[in-house]
Amino acid sequence: MSVFIDKSTRLVIQGITGRDGSFHAKQMMEYGTNVVAGVTPGKGGQTFEGAVPVFNTVAEAVHATEANTSVIYVPAAVAASAIFEAADSGIELIICITEGIPVLDMTRALPFVHERGAHLIGPNCPGLISPGQSKVGIIPGNICTPGKIGVVSRSGTLTYEIVHQLSTHGMGQSTCVGIGGDPLIGTNFVHCLSAFEADPETAAIVMIGEIGGTDEQQAAEFVKEKVKKPVVGFIAGQTAPPGRRMGHAGAIISGSSGTAAEKMAALAKAGISVMKRPADVVPLLKERL
Amino acid sequence: MNLHEYQARDILRKHGIPVPPGEVATTPAEARAIAERFGGKVVVKAQVHAGGRGKAGGVKLADGADAAKAAASAILGMTIKGLTVHKVLVVPAAEIVSESYVGIIVDRASQRPVLIVSAAGGIDIEEVAAKTPEQLHRLAVDPRYGLLPHQALALGFALYRDVKQARAAADIMQKLYGVVYAVGASLAEINPLVTTPDGSVQALDAKISIDDNELERRPEIAALRDVSAEAPEEVAAREAGLTFIKLDGDVGCCVNGAGLAMATMDLVKYYGGQPANFLDIGGSSNPQKVVAALRIMTSDPRVKVILFNIFGGITRGDDVANGIVQATHAFPLKVPIVIRLTGTNEKEGIAILERAGFKALTDMDEAVKQAVA
Repeated sequence: MSVFIDKSTRLVIQGITGRDGSFHAKQMMEYGTNVVAGVTPGKGGQTFEGAVPVFNTVAEAVHATEANTSVIYVPAAVAASAIFEAADSGIELIICITEGIPVLDMTRALPFVHERGAHLIGPNCPGLISPGQSKVGIIPGNICTPGKIGVVSRSGTLTYEIVHQLSTHGMGQSTCVGIGGDPLIGTNFVHCLSAFEADPETAAIVMIGEIGGTDEQQAAEFVKEKVKKPVVGFIAGQTAPPGRRMGHAGAIISGSSGTAAEKMAALAKAGISVMKRPADVVPLLKERL
Repeated sequence: MNLHEYQARDILRKHGIPVPPGEVATTPAEARAIAERFGGKVVVKAQVHAGGRGKAGGVKLADGADAAKAAASAILGMTIKGLTVHKVLVVPAAEIVSESYVGIIVDRASQRPVLIVSAAGGIDIEEVAAKTPEQLHRLAVDPRYGLLPHQALALGFALYRDVKQARAAADIMQKLYGVVYAVGASLAEINPLVTTPDGSVQALDAKISIDDNELERRPEIAALRDVSAEAPEEVAAREAGLTFIKLDGDVGCCVNGAGLAMATMDLVKYYGGQPANFLDIGGSSNPQKVVAALRIMTSDPRVKVILFNIFGGITRGDDVANGIVQATHAFPLKVPIVIRLTGTNEKEGIAILERAGFKALTDMDEAVKQAVA
């Protein structure tokens, strides 16, 4: 088992013929993801890599292939539009990899996605992988192994670092979800923690947060009240100065809120084992399992 | 991207918000001429991307043209929080009856633009939020309908008892909401919003921050960037496609990905060192970015060691290695370099580095320990 994606995932790739889209489409197909369609306006009727039909619109792709999940690789200027289109076409789960979407675009896209009953992961995220079953996004498949640890993170390469630690110490993953580094995102820690808690094949959860906002504090409250499984947490940005955006648009300390110290204290108070450094993940999980 | 006060005032004025007159000077003589035109007392204000201008001596009241010239020559060239002042705004000194605050930010919790107003204006709003939160009124605006007239009026009455002033404030709030979406602002604030003895409501000072992701589609806003008002190494980094933030330590850090970059800085501190910077070379691997990163780090005399931490995903280890080798051909590194390289094309990258006489590690903790030793 796993969360959000598995062998039943029927994926449509928005932007399949673009530079990033085509590269990662091949990687996902090699991994075994069930890629059923691609969308690039004007290229409808073509076939990608001799295997995947390309359509002009997501609605056509859904009609012809019963795609239920979409992944977006289109440029930032049109990425919000791609999210609207996916939600309007009956896609249930939308994963937006694109980085650099204006936040004001997301203030309009998020309520639309919600109204249509769809779920969005991202934007500005590495996507997710259920090792051995399905990969949607850009997380390198070779660093993951199947297993019982659920991983949820706001970051990309930091997730790879921690997953790599897990895999090399024989701790496989049920699903790894990158929720994205933007201030406005579709899926937050609480959504993922709730899914991992309900997943019988997930035995423990690793959450990787960072400075900025209060998502981690809300997640800590949720863990305290609703999560029985062991949770291990990390917060990046302990040395970040206030008022400066640390790469991710969401990673900024404003006023006295959103600091790493505040978040680590909230996690610890909720019974989450807090890592001081990425290499602590394995020993802390071993203590709790 | 932050706009200067004078730029923000221009934008508000274009959107119909009442803003008192004011002109920009780059020399004391210009400031004198402007003050002479206005007549009477003026205020000379430093135009710099830093808070606390007043406390730093960057805002001066001047009685007459000669005093304005003297004030401008004191302020121009001064340094506020590391940034040099190149421009001053000269405005007539206003008679003020009351000072309020009106601001709009995009709020991550409600995922909406939030309008914040307070009758306690003219001071740091975060201080008001911390000390007297009951004086703040907040409204999350539904972006599908915008700021509705009755919502704005209710907040207008939170500032003023007089119906005319409440309506004037409501009108300003609706226009300010329009400004946010028109220019792609992540923050737009009027502080203070003042009332004058004749009862009018005016935006005395304004601050607008633009979401960097908006700049590509808004060239007219991007053109407002004042490169002279930014730290030179951060300008160089941006032009090279890097995210760079200067810090106080001596361990130069070069990492792919923002989260891993922060975690690397944290680990430097964990092992007793101090990071000199945040530097994210981003996802796409281009040797030229690595060369630019090394050029920026080596130009800082405080940097005693350079630490690379690369976990290849989209970024390829051989590209990073090639960038490091190319940089050593272009300019001297001057300081020791510690390289951690793993992930995509790790073997190819390490081979390139070893041929050029560098050692490469694959473990993050080992690399950081070596760098701070």
